[in-house]
Amino acid sequence: MNTLILIIVLLGLTTFAYRYGRRKALASVEGSVANLHSLPSYHGAYVALWCGLPALIVVALWLMLQTDMVERLVLSGIADGIAGMSEGQISLLLSDIRNLATGDITTRSPSPMVLAAAERYVELQRLGFALMTGAAVILTSGGLYFGLRAIQPALRARPQVERIVRGLLFIASVIAILTTIGIVLSLMFESNRFFGQVNPLEFLFGLNWSPQTALRADQVGGSGAFGAVPVFAGTLLITVIAMIVAVPIGLMAAIYMAEYASPTTRSLIKPALEILAGIPTVVYGFFAALTIGPLFRGLGESVGLPVASESALAAGLVMGVMIIPFVSSLSDDVINAVPQSLRDGSLALGATHSETIRRVILPASLHGIVGAVLLAVSRAIGETMIVVMAAGLSANLTANPLEAVTTVTVQIVTLLVGDQEFDSAKTLAAFALGLVLFLVTLALNIVALRVVRKYREEYD
Amino acid sequence: MTEAFHVENNPQPVEESVSGMSEAVEAGMPEVDAAHAPTKVKADNVDVFYAEKQALFDVSLDVPENQVTALIGPSGCGKSTFLRCINRMNDTIPICRVTGDITIDDQDIYDPAIDVVQLRARVGMVFQKPNPFPKSIYENVAYGPRIHGMAQGKADIDVLVESSLQRAGLWNEVKDRLSESGTSLSGGQQQRLCIARAIAVNPDVILMDEPCSALDPIATARIEELMDELRQNYTIVIVTHSMQQAARVSQRTAFFHLGYLVESGATEMIFTNPEDKRTQDYITGRFG
Repeated sequence: MNTLILIIVLLGLTTFAYRYGRRKALASVEGSVANLHSLPSYHGAYVALWCGLPALIVVALWLMLQTDMVERLVLSGIADGIAGMSEGQISLLLSDIRNLATGDITTRSPSPMVLAAAERYVELQRLGFALMTGAAVILTSGGLYFGLRAIQPALRARPQVERIVRGLLFIASVIAILTTIGIVLSLMFESNRFFGQVNPLEFLFGLNWSPQTALRADQVGGSGAFGAVPVFAGTLLITVIAMIVAVPIGLMAAIYMAEYASPTTRSLIKPALEILAGIPTVVYGFFAALTIGPLFRGLGESVGLPVASESALAAGLVMGVMIIPFVSSLSDDVINAVPQSLRDGSLALGATHSETIRRVILPASLHGIVGAVLLAVSRAIGETMIVVMAAGLSANLTANPLEAVTTVTVQIVTLLVGDQEFDSAKTLAAFALGLVLFLVTLALNIVALRVVRKYREEYD
Repeated sequence: MTEAFHVENNPQPVEESVSGMSEAVEAGMPEVDAAHAPTKVKADNVDVFYAEKQALFDVSLDVPENQVTALIGPSGCGKSTFLRCINRMNDTIPICRVTGDITIDDQDIYDPAIDVVQLRARVGMVFQKPNPFPKSIYENVAYGPRIHGMAQGKADIDVLVESSLQRAGLWNEVKDRLSESGTSLSGGQQQRLCIARAIAVNPDVILMDEPCSALDPIATARIEELMDELRQNYTIVIVTHSMQQAARVSQRTAFFHLGYLVESGATEMIFTNPEDKRTQDYITGRFG
């Protein structure tokens, strides 16, 4: 709360710095902007950046590091008391101290040592905040002073401000990359632990998947087989069904929108299709589980076919509907990007509209359409909610869409809900599945991007 | 105002004029006397509207067979619009409306019984910017014959592709790389490929909409030569911004201004002795 107030004050000061810098720049040339090297707003931004940026960076770093520092100091203060404790016990103790310090409920009535440590914890936090505020005030006022002193008509404020903005843009892009790298590393690290317990060959090529091993002696569990083939086969089956639904319908919708629909029709259909993409997948999920699944089972019964109420077909169909807008919207853009001159050239040769679409427009936009389909495939592979609700949990190795199958994402969910034990193969298997899934979708995305890039070269 | 200089509708019997033509061809294609060539395309009182805006006003023009007719005039004067009426490419613009009569060989092309697809097979078109399909050179030329079922089997199409490329003067440059993309050619070659593509369906009339405006002078000269050769077999209508080009390649010239056909007649007459003051101002470079 106090930190929030501090940040608001800092931002207020920065705004003030901007206005003051701007005014000072104008005053330095007595209002004739042409005599300034940079526009007054750049001078303002220059002062504001000097004033706000260093202080905000320091506050951000401080907030990231302070808790860790305080905890270390607290623990070192009670080093005698915790000697001989295991890592788990220490972390439990620490959370007690933390809870006590913030006034929460603790696990048991606190010992005098914990009470003293909690007091010290609060004290150190307070001290840390005071130091941080002090540093921020010094940096802000120092920056303000320095920035204002630098203002003069010849100050090259614009290039400097732009350089800092470029730096901020760079940092923003790096954050996404670093996050991805972090996720991948954690996946790899945990998968490595998993492969220490389970043979990678067995995981990749085993035909039996039964990971729900018992965690306690009184539980009934699976056999602990980690052959992932049935799981990936299930993903493949459902993805294929989804694409069989989505690709033809999406493509034909795209052709209709791009080539035949009047502008009015198009302006109605396109947003309507995009609404389909905005429906939360959980809604599709219960639609599949509660409506489509039982419907298929009933239909199957009436013709004497055994259809599971959680069938790959139901999940795949609904997922296909969900993906239609991806295919149609991207393909529509690609088809629209085909130059009108090619259409005219074909029509002028006496081709009908549909011949033109079939023989000129679709071949010319094929690469883009393939890219759209591949993006849709990676979406289908990664989709979770629909299959969790509608596809079932049993790891059948089957190509029959009327049976229940399970998918990679469903298994990851089931492995990570309920009782956990972070060093059992059961839990770690989720990371291995995640890693393989990530690699598959990554490969598909790379292929898709390449294909799309190739398409772009066509007309340039 | 529109019919300042009209060709008399040809009173001669058809056989006579055809034999006259073939003699002319044998004699190395001397300037055909414009007044005696039979009319191929005849426009009568054509008005064109884009939504409420009228783009062409009461245009009547006769295009004689086996000659090059040039349509000149400043930008926005309606010459391209008129050109696109002749193969009904204006149909592809929903807001465009055409009234009046246009006939080819005395057949009304806006008759509901006319199939626009067949009309466009008879009236080829070459566009301002070369627009080869992103297919192989071979497939570009084979496209038209295939959709019209003009050839049975690969051998027939091979023959058609070769003869079309030869007539477009491109065969020697591309015969060893027919499977390369049409878009890999130079601009001038692309435009000749488009001409080959148009003549592969064996049209009667070829419309050219500023075919050289995106080309360098050498490629332009090549296309102009080609036009002179092609007019032995085809009736050509060309829109051009270059008055020198109109003077070089055409036998007949029509001058458009602000949607009106101001004057039309033998190219020599238009350029040396125009009847209308506006034509004179335009060709002497006083506006446009």
